[in-house]
Amino acid sequence: MGGDAAGPVPTEQHDFALWEKRVDALMVIASSKGHFTVDGLRRVLEDMPPDSFDTMTYYERWIASVNQNLIESGVYTTAELAERMSEIARRGATYGEANHE
Amino acid sequence: MNERRYMRVANHMPPGHVRTPAYLRGKVGWVERTLGPFSNPEELAYGHAATSQPLMRIRFTMAEIWGAEAEHPNDTLDAEIYAHWLEPTDAPHAP
Amino acid sequence: MPHDHHDHLSPSGHPYRPDDDHPLTYWQQMEIAIREILIEKGVTTAAEINAQIDAMDARSPANGAAVVARSWTDPAFRDALLQDASAASASMGFDIGPLKLIAVENTADVHNVIVCTLCSCYPRNLLGLPPDWYKSRAYRSRTVKEPRKVLAEFGVVLPEQVTVRVHDSTADMRYIVIPARPAGTDGWSADQLAALVTRDSMIGTGLPKEPGAIADART
Repeated sequence: MGGDAAGPVPTEQHDFALWEKRVDALMVIASSKGHFTVDGLRRVLEDMPPDSFDTMTYYERWIASVNQNLIESGVYTTAELAERMSEIARRGATYGEANHE
Repeated sequence: MNERRYMRVANHMPPGHVRTPAYLRGKVGWVERTLGPFSNPEELAYGHAATSQPLMRIRFTMAEIWGAEAEHPNDTLDAEIYAHWLEPTDAPHAP
Repeated sequence: MPHDHHDHLSPSGHPYRPDDDHPLTYWQQMEIAIREILIEKGVTTAAEINAQIDAMDARSPANGAAVVARSWTDPAFRDALLQDASAASASMGFDIGPLKLIAVENTADVHNVIVCTLCSCYPRNLLGLPPDWYKSRAYRSRTVKEPRKVLAEFGVVLPEQVTVRVHDSTADMRYIVIPARPAGTDGWSADQLAALVTRDSMIGTGLPKEPGAIADART
């Protein structure tokens, strides 16, 4: 990426949503406890197809990478994740409804 | 001023996770400071116990990196490069 | 904020991103699922996650501003900061965790600017989370090749004789710029000076505010 031609630096700024802060926290906690490294996080981010930079937001890419690293390190299985995501989808149509505190 | 220690960044282009930016590969800079040993991210990234590598801050001129396209030839760029990517070399010829 | 039709702006003037009333996305499903699984497996707790969020929210550019302002008023601290910025920051009581920080100093002859071309490395444990533009492809691509054009977009136009030093955070260290102390601030306290130090001035894409901009700081 360094040195590539690109347009003006964008100036839009957004406040972080709670779910984004949670992704950030999960990355810090899981890596600080030795379940993966920040280098592993970066490896998966870099291996994503180039268009993921345009089609996914920053923390969408992060949660995808956190997930890949946790599956690789054996913290949970793909099947466990899939089952839980399906259950969450049935809870409701919005983040608020699907998120059990 | 001590004499500058020049280093050339290896021009390798392997797949996978490395922390050496592509735009610096094959370029010559000098050691701005040494940072001591750090775990090799090329091993950490794959979940392996990592060996230690000295890490060095290398300073490059924009002229060295970008040649005639440099915006301002005497401006500089510093980057941290792990020792296994570096090879001691002579000073580059004056432009 | 003026009273206009932009009634969805937060106190900081940015659009809110509400969590609760938008359709649930695939990636939000994944975040909830991972969080629940990690809690059930004993990797973490809800309280620990909340504490980590609070810790990040507590980090802000004000922390860096305090460090910079002290370096302007305390020569021994400035030397310590240039020697080991992590230790110097921690000595002021900031919880920077494992952050390995290098401070680089702007002078009459040198202007420093920080970028991370490989990802978006940033001194987050001192300054908080990076601004969106810092993570953008445009900033990361262009700053290493045409820093003066990028800086000009931020309103920083440098004379020819000033050397620009770009620092690409490629590995284990993070960077903070110590901007040059503005003229006309003789006798100011560190607290007064800290109000002049902007986030962008510590990344190198800005300069400190002029003393006139906060004339009431001395009262």
